[in-house]
Amino acid sequence: MKQAELVIIGGGPAGLCAAVSAARSGAKVLIIERNKDLGGQLLKQTHMFFGSEKQYASLRGIDIPAILISELEKYKERVEIIKEATVVGVFEDGVITVLEKEENYFKIAPKALVLATGAYEKYLSFPNNDLPGIYGAGAVQTLMNVHGVKPGNKVLMVGAGNIGLIVSYQLMQAGVKVEAILDAAPKIGGYLVHASKVRRMGVPILTSHTVKEAIGKEELEKAVISQVDEKFSPIEGSEKTLDVDVMCISVGLTPLNELLAMRGCKMKYIPQLGGLVPLRNENYETSVENLFVAGDATGVEEASAAMVEGFLAGLCAAEKIGYRLDNFEEMKNDYLKQLEELRSGPAGKHILSGIEQIVL
Amino acid sequence: MFEKTGIPSEEMIMGKFPSIERINKGAVAVVECYKEIPCNPCQTACKFGAIIIGEDINNIPKLYADKCTGCAVCLSKCPGLSIMVVDGSKLEETVEIKLPYEFVPLPKEGQIIKGLNREGEYITDVKVLKVLNPKSFDRTPLVTIEVDRKYLYEIRNIQVEV
Repeated sequence: MKQAELVIIGGGPAGLCAAVSAARSGAKVLIIERNKDLGGQLLKQTHMFFGSEKQYASLRGIDIPAILISELEKYKERVEIIKEATVVGVFEDGVITVLEKEENYFKIAPKALVLATGAYEKYLSFPNNDLPGIYGAGAVQTLMNVHGVKPGNKVLMVGAGNIGLIVSYQLMQAGVKVEAILDAAPKIGGYLVHASKVRRMGVPILTSHTVKEAIGKEELEKAVISQVDEKFSPIEGSEKTLDVDVMCISVGLTPLNELLAMRGCKMKYIPQLGGLVPLRNENYETSVENLFVAGDATGVEEASAAMVEGFLAGLCAAEKIGYRLDNFEEMKNDYLKQLEELRSGPAGKHILSGIEQIVL
Repeated sequence: MFEKTGIPSEEMIMGKFPSIERINKGAVAVVECYKEIPCNPCQTACKFGAIIIGEDINNIPKLYADKCTGCAVCLSKCPGLSIMVVDGSKLEETVEIKLPYEFVPLPKEGQIIKGLNREGEYITDVKVLKVLNPKSFDRTPLVTIEVDRKYLYEIRNIQVEV
């Protein structure tokens, strides 16, 4: 069995920051990443990030992994990275099992774990929602921004949260027409600067609207949309048919953290955080000792918050196994303050009302 | 309505524009950030202290037009692309507007292109005076257009025919 000090599951924004922070503290770090490249969702984010300088605001998401990886290289003698590997089990004795490149199966016994597995996309039920041409927003971003492939020519974006608005903008940058952005909620969920940005490109944003059905033989040809009332029920007679060959579903994310449940972490269903999330203390340690979490796996937020959570969880996990920085308290308080800042506005209120229910 | 459509009202827009006297003196920023979000690169970018957010990064940026030099450094730093620069000091009949524009093809200097409003509707033809895209702008080019003065408060976007 492979021995390790600190294993970080997931090499996205939270995992990379946790690795930097823990390695900086002196811990030996092993990152296990499912994909070929480190960076997670950052690899698709061609837009500039919000937040403050400390969270790389104003830089484009796609440029952040290189910064974090070069930071990791400073400590390369104690950083190991396994790519194209999935952690398939976390067991009661602390042992984890890993499947590498779908053929090499092995066990690791780490002293501590940081789980930074991110989130997965929610989907929407409507007739024919399995027609080719109907994608999740993440898939559209991967096609366009990672592989340089246009998903189609005319898009209906379903969801006016930040992801829906940003992906609409990116589609237009790729030369794809966005026919409309709709959302069942009565108000736009994403940042209004993003909404204004797509609106002044001529894209209508239809709040209080939903998809009634998709139409097409071999692939998506049309989408029927309708207005909804305040109870989110479709209003008879308000239907409209749009000629689109792509529908992009962007109706939110759910934390991806089954491994925590498997290990016996206390979990709670918190709608504000996107679904089932682990209880955790201020240091992002769960109810299971030496098992830490960070990023969307602990509640869906912006990438800026995920990165700060990663830095904090990595710092605290390293401290827990004996690598305490001289300025540990100062660093920790700085991360806590950054999180407080990111969550203190109207957009963060909702998140905070969820977090209050999970802090041990 | 703004929160349903993404289109700010006339009153909201006017509240963000510096006085016409200031605009006629020379280039000045218009910061169209209407809603509190955790974001402060505009303040960090401004070396003149003309955009202040303050301690809480969720505050709405406040422009001090007397300190603003119209240098436009903030335009390519704002993740929301919410800032433009207007200059009414050059000609009697027209104003110059500098906009961030992240699409291809970029317009060419001297080209006549379409000026759009905040709903993406065509308002009037505008003349491209300058296109800047240095490395420091990090892929957010700035396009300066010359616009009939009567559309100062309306034009917010451009469309380049392919």
